Amino acid sequence: MKKTDEFDNRVEIQWCPGCPNYGILNALKGALAELGKSPHEICLVSGIGQAAKLPHYLKCNFFNGLHGRAIPVATGINIANPDLTTIVVTGDGDCYGEGGNHFIHAIRRNPDLTVFVHNNEIYALTKGQASPTTPLGEKRRLKMSGVEIPPINMPAFAIMQDCSFVARGFAGDLKHLQDIMVRSIRHRGMSYVDIIQPCITWGTHPVSWYKERVRRIGDDHNPEDKNSALDIALTKDGFIHTGVLYEVPSGNIFASRFRKEVTSRPLTGLEIQSPEKIHELLLKFKPV
Amino acid sequence: MDDINVVIAGAAGEGVQTIGDLMTNAVAGQGYSVFSWKEYESRIVGGSNSYSIRIGDGLKNAPLAEADILLALNNKATDKYKGIVKKTGIIISVRKEGDRSIPIPFSSIAKKRFGEEIYANTIAIGALVSALGMDAGSIKEIIRKTFSKKGSDIVSANESAFEEGFSLAGKECVDMCPWKLLRKESGYYVISGNEAIALGAARGNCRFMTAYPMTPSTGIITYLSSVQNQLGIFIEQAEDEISAVNMAIGASYAGIRSMTATSGGGFALMVEGISLAGMTETPLVIVLAQRPGPATGLPTRTAQGDLLFAVHAGHGEFPKMIFAPADPKDAFHKMVRAFNLAEEYQTVAIVISDQFLADSRFSVEDFEVEKTEPYFQKTDTSGVKNYRRYRLTDSGISPRLYPGISEHLVCADSDEHDEYGHITEDLVKTAPDMVKKRIAKLEGLKKSILLPEEIALKDAEVVFTGWGSTRGAILEALGLLKMDGIKAGLIHFTELWPLPEYNFPKDKTYWSIEGNILGQLARLLKGEYDIHFKGHISRHDGLPITADYIRREFYEKNR
Ligand SMILES: Cc1ncc(C[n+]2csc(CCOP(=O)(O)OP(=O)(O)O)c2C)c(N)n1
Ligand SMILES: [Mg+2]
Repeated sequence: MKKTDEFDNRVEIQWCPGCPNYGILNALKGALAELGKSPHEICLVSGIGQAAKLPHYLKCNFFNGLHGRAIPVATGINIANPDLTTIVVTGDGDCYGEGGNHFIHAIRRNPDLTVFVHNNEIYALTKGQASPTTPLGEKRRLKMSGVEIPPINMPAFAIMQDCSFVARGFAGDLKHLQDIMVRSIRHRGMSYVDIIQPCITWGTHPVSWYKERVRRIGDDHNPEDKNSALDIALTKDGFIHTGVLYEVPSGNIFASRFRKEVTSRPLTGLEIQSPEKIHELLLKFKPV
Repeated sequence: MDDINVVIAGAAGEGVQTIGDLMTNAVAGQGYSVFSWKEYESRIVGGSNSYSIRIGDGLKNAPLAEADILLALNNKATDKYKGIVKKTGIIISVRKEGDRSIPIPFSSIAKKRFGEEIYANTIAIGALVSALGMDAGSIKEIIRKTFSKKGSDIVSANESAFEEGFSLAGKECVDMCPWKLLRKESGYYVISGNEAIALGAARGNCRFMTAYPMTPSTGIITYLSSVQNQLGIFIEQAEDEISAVNMAIGASYAGIRSMTATSGGGFALMVEGISLAGMTETPLVIVLAQRPGPATGLPTRTAQGDLLFAVHAGHGEFPKMIFAPADPKDAFHKMVRAFNLAEEYQTVAIVISDQFLADSRFSVEDFEVEKTEPYFQKTDTSGVKNYRRYRLTDSGISPRLYPGISEHLVCADSDEHDEYGHITEDLVKTAPDMVKKRIAKLEGLKKSILLPEEIALKDAEVVFTGWGSTRGAILEALGLLKMDGIKAGLIHFTELWPLPEYNFPKDKTYWSIEGNILGQLARLLKGEYDIHFKGHISRHDGLPITADYIRREFYEKNR
């Protein structure tokens, strides 16, 4: 097995000391090592936010793009070169707010991508405003009287829309998180993990508060059972249920039919377009 | 021969487009050069649309204002368009309209003779073919082919409908129709700007196109999707323009030439992506097919109103290039150049067209497909050590590798970054060096951009400046003015950003001709070359600039 230090690099980390993001970073390194990947086989794609800085801290190819736009960039990379293991690292603001539309449509498109959302229920980088997952009533920078609009439940939404791999992880339960990551990266088609990441600087609760409320989903849950997956995702019992909620064999994977039937290889491997083909098509514009 | 201008008018859904396309192909198939342009409302049914076909034997790819033949499919269309018919022209319409008209109640004849109104169009085609003095046999062949999939009953009914129209008009035509389009040996390609742009992209080795539908750009992705399997080009309809531009950037980063296309509103949504391509130094080609704005504007009409927007699109400072092809052949080659230069300089190339160029069908003698070749940077990684995606170089161009093709890691960042692509906050050296490095590319780019085309410049007293799709109309206007004894020339830009080093002759009187109200290119030229404009001929009513329009405005504003 590969060692996690193969993914270490010497870049100064800009996260707050003690941030659970460090744990997520380590879990990801562990998962990639466990999967036997080398740095050059991986491409991390992110937007902007504290979470989105992660690609800089792990030795790999990366594209650190614009706020909210990681998923379309990753989709483009996957179209060009599906042999790369392309993983989106994003935040709740990046993915559910600014980039919400892309997330919704990525589920429909079903590209072979993995999406890790560091969900800290806050916009951390911009100093503590509410995010789409901030619970009702919690005080945030621009809403000192408490958030008045309800949070979005993206895992439930993703299950409803038949995203073929939906899981929830916790940055305070790293072994479990690493297992989920391994499974999600192995999964063909779009896989999505919402990772609870307490914000120790702007958040309302300490990590211990979350630890008391996190419950691993039991073995009795069948992840192929959509109704029961949805039940867990929608449960409002005061607990955070972690584990694989939903996993079914992925149907039609984005761009795979075209690759199979038309190019029979990744688009990056194609010969230069022949001018004869252009002539051929141009002739159709010559009326006789 | 003198050019013949045929205008077909009717409501949306009434068959204007079908008749126009069929006649364009039929006339071109007889060896004539044709130029067709459409003028239509943003609706699917009703309203009033027109389709003009200019027929000649030389290449004259520009619209004419007056008609020799008006085919009006309903009375409203007759009322709206009869004013453009020349004194020597004729009107084929439902009712009698003055002396020089051929009344044919298309629908009622269709219903009476063939039981259904849908044959009205074929009757109209028969009448038009007769008026133009064309050989009925070869057109009937086209009709047979067009309807062959629908079964022999439909084919023979259409043939009879055609003959009906042909003979009805033939009787009336005797003294009125001087035209005789006999078959000729020559042959032209007949192609729209959108189709030529699509094929140029393919020639430039584009492998991925994504777009969100927006008139008048949609024809590009529509055509490419119809031939994607033959060409091996992956096509995806994006959920919005923001996604389109970012998907194209992602695919380009990963190693394939990629593009997107849109119009003003969608382009506005792409602007942050343009800046991203500039910062990450990712090659990207965007086609901006203009229509009148602001906001939704006139969705199906034409304009040249987005030049300054395109020039300034993207926050921050970074090099980009802008092309504005004059016609489909030019567009074909410009697309290859756009892909080549976007790759060479690792930044954005914007190709600006407009509804007029996008939708009109032009005659092209020879595309000279081989003339502009795609060329590629080397991606040989054998000698590479300590790879840095953003290595500082004199030219500003860093060695570009693709992720996954070797052990070398390719790290791209929208934050200001160091040579490796990692975020930097070093304001002393790294950040300013990177700004300089990117801007350094401008030097080379300026030399790569082609100089403007000069026409009749030497003897000219009046010199027009123009850009993009108005070239044909301006050339024709030069001819009209020459007949009036005015010595006029043209400096025409089809590659216009960054503006190249160029000397404007000093002893001329300059006039700009543009499809916008502000004289947007003129403003750029004033700033860059310090020239003075005596006047601006601007068109901003949604219709294309014609030679007549230029002449009229020139005299009007010169009084
Ligand atoms: C277009 C745009 N709008 C706003 C911002 C400012 N901005 C940067 S990160 C961010 C929110 C990040 O939230 P999240 O994705 O949850 O990341 P976190 O910092 O919480 O990890 C915002 C609003 C930006 N960079 N770009
Ligand atoms: Mg957040």
